[in-house]
Amino acid sequence: MSFLASPQLWAGTLSLAVPLALPALGGTFSERTGVVNIAMEGIMLIGAFFAAACSHWTGSAWLGLLAAMVAGALIAWVFAWAAIRLAADQVVLGMAINIFGAGITAFLLNTIFGYNGTPTSTPSLPNITIPAIANVPVLGWFFHQQSVLVYVMLALVIAAHYFLFHTRLGLRMRAVGENPLAADTLGLNVWRLRYTGVIIGGVLSAIGGAYLSIGILNSFDVNMTNGRGYIALAAMIFGKWTPYGAFGAAMLFAFATSLADVLQGNVIPTDLLSMLPYALTVLALAGLVGRSTAPAADGIPYTLER
Amino acid sequence: MNNVWRSALRGIGTPIVASAIAIVIGGIIVSLIGYNPLTVYGSLITGAFGTLFNLSSTLTGAVPLLVIGLGIAIAFRAGLFNIGAEGQYWVGAMASVWVGYHFNQLPSVLHIILALIAGMIAGGLWGGVIPGLTKAYVGAHEVITTMMMSYIGIFLVEYMIEEPNAPMRLKGYIPESPAIANNTHLLPALPITAVKQAQLSVSIYIAIAAAIVAWLLLKKTTFGFQIRSIGFNQRASRYAGMRVPLYTILALGISGVFAGLAGGLQMLGVEYQLNDSFTSQYGYTAIVVALLARNNPFGVILAAIFFSALNTGGQNMQQVSGVPSSLTDVLTGLIIFFVAAERLIPVFIGWVRRRRSQGRAHDAQEGGTLA
Repeated sequence: MSFLASPQLWAGTLSLAVPLALPALGGTFSERTGVVNIAMEGIMLIGAFFAAACSHWTGSAWLGLLAAMVAGALIAWVFAWAAIRLAADQVVLGMAINIFGAGITAFLLNTIFGYNGTPTSTPSLPNITIPAIANVPVLGWFFHQQSVLVYVMLALVIAAHYFLFHTRLGLRMRAVGENPLAADTLGLNVWRLRYTGVIIGGVLSAIGGAYLSIGILNSFDVNMTNGRGYIALAAMIFGKWTPYGAFGAAMLFAFATSLADVLQGNVIPTDLLSMLPYALTVLALAGLVGRSTAPAADGIPYTLER
Repeated sequence: MNNVWRSALRGIGTPIVASAIAIVIGGIIVSLIGYNPLTVYGSLITGAFGTLFNLSSTLTGAVPLLVIGLGIAIAFRAGLFNIGAEGQYWVGAMASVWVGYHFNQLPSVLHIILALIAGMIAGGLWGGVIPGLTKAYVGAHEVITTMMMSYIGIFLVEYMIEEPNAPMRLKGYIPESPAIANNTHLLPALPITAVKQAQLSVSIYIAIAAAIVAWLLLKKTTFGFQIRSIGFNQRASRYAGMRVPLYTILALGISGVFAGLAGGLQMLGVEYQLNDSFTSQYGYTAIVVALLARNNPFGVILAAIFFSALNTGGQNMQQVSGVPSSLTDVLTGLIIFFVAAERLIPVFIGWVRRRRSQGRAHDAQEGGTLA
């Protein structure tokens, strides 16, 4: 069991959790206000692309991150407009955004940067080490050589929990996701709150995408999210639509993935080892978590004549 | 009857209008980067339908999308999102290939049927057992379980051929399975050279038959009624005495049966062995096929051909006009978006009318003050 003491395992866990936890958190915001969001994959790709492209064009990874957030907000706004204003089927819309995101980013990559990918000179976000944390025995392993976005993610998880469950706006957003008619009767603007939820979700997913392109790398690849948006969807449901739950589910999945990485080259064949995170998720879901119930009005457009 | 026609018209009309809007937006994007949209779309269409070979290739690619799409549509009808058809497809393919290179003394037709049934059973178990049982009895969300089982299935098939002494690996340096027996190869759909070259086999007829079966299953059997009822209102169905857990398991299982059949057909009709590339993506595109078809089995036929056409046409477009084939994904995304946003046009018309009547009221007011 010596591998359990390897910093690589724990640092890997935290690092792998970022591009799952952030979009899962984003989805949570969206669905808490009553808009089913399976578009995380597409929004992540768009975030990842614009992060890398603007990081290259401006020479600043921070501006790249900002561009990703703006792009994520814009695409989420279009999604929200169709889902809320046009009462469109949200699952279909989500798939549309995912395919559009994969298509447009590959298309822009090939037409702007050619078939060789983004330039290697693209700057990436810095890694930071906080001495006070790095020197604590077990905790320090987690924070070995981590991107600044790892810390941002942790802060966002806590902030999201506080926001959703301890502020007035958070309560209102949740109310709109549970019973929009009652919320409307009390004078809340259902549509505006839903827009807010979806757009916050888009920004968070886009940061998750940016982590892949300019957090751990400095380039964009076609379809580089590789299904993480869907795993994040699973993490959101697994976490029962709560920020801590989503983070916990992301960490569990990331731990199993990291464990499979660390154990590679041992007796167990790689392919069987790779099943670990997926099998563990099914087991945990079937054995421990059980039924997860979505917000009551999740996926139902609110179309009272106004 | 009138109503049926109207809904059929809406079912076809919306995708056509949506496609038109998407094609215009795509044309604008293409012209912005300096290409002639007519050339680009021309090469897309000829690539998909221009010659008998291209048309056959489009139909070949449509078969797996069609068959998987039917399964996903059935699950959707039961209110279940089978997002893991990709893995069910590969597990089915694996089972069919295994039967395909064993039992070589069997007569051809029997061997083929056995191989396809093996694929269907494997796919059905993959979709039905764990996702079905956990959904029915623990309430585990099927989006998670089918997706996780999908990845596990793909890794399982990879394991079967990748490790040096893997169970289905052919001796040698290339990770691949033995080829299936010659007598299990499906015949070409038509005895014409172009059709043979495009590998269009009788699987297209089987796929269409599967669509008819799916339609009958949904519309003409109590089973279909029960799953549609559960999809529509689970609580009411339970109070009406329906066995919701049983039908949940069956709906996910049958969804997997179709995906497994698709894997079998692809192996027996096109690939003949398992290769070390598991990037079909059919299972994901088929979700979109089912959605675009509004889960109508006959709509699934059209939608599958449409998406396959975009794929084959896109490759030709990239070669001829130089526009990256990913443009077809952009178009696909836009089409689906505008299909979902079908209320765009009524909302827009309403907005214009309101603007106009406001303008008129405004004019009338001004006129009033003048008088």
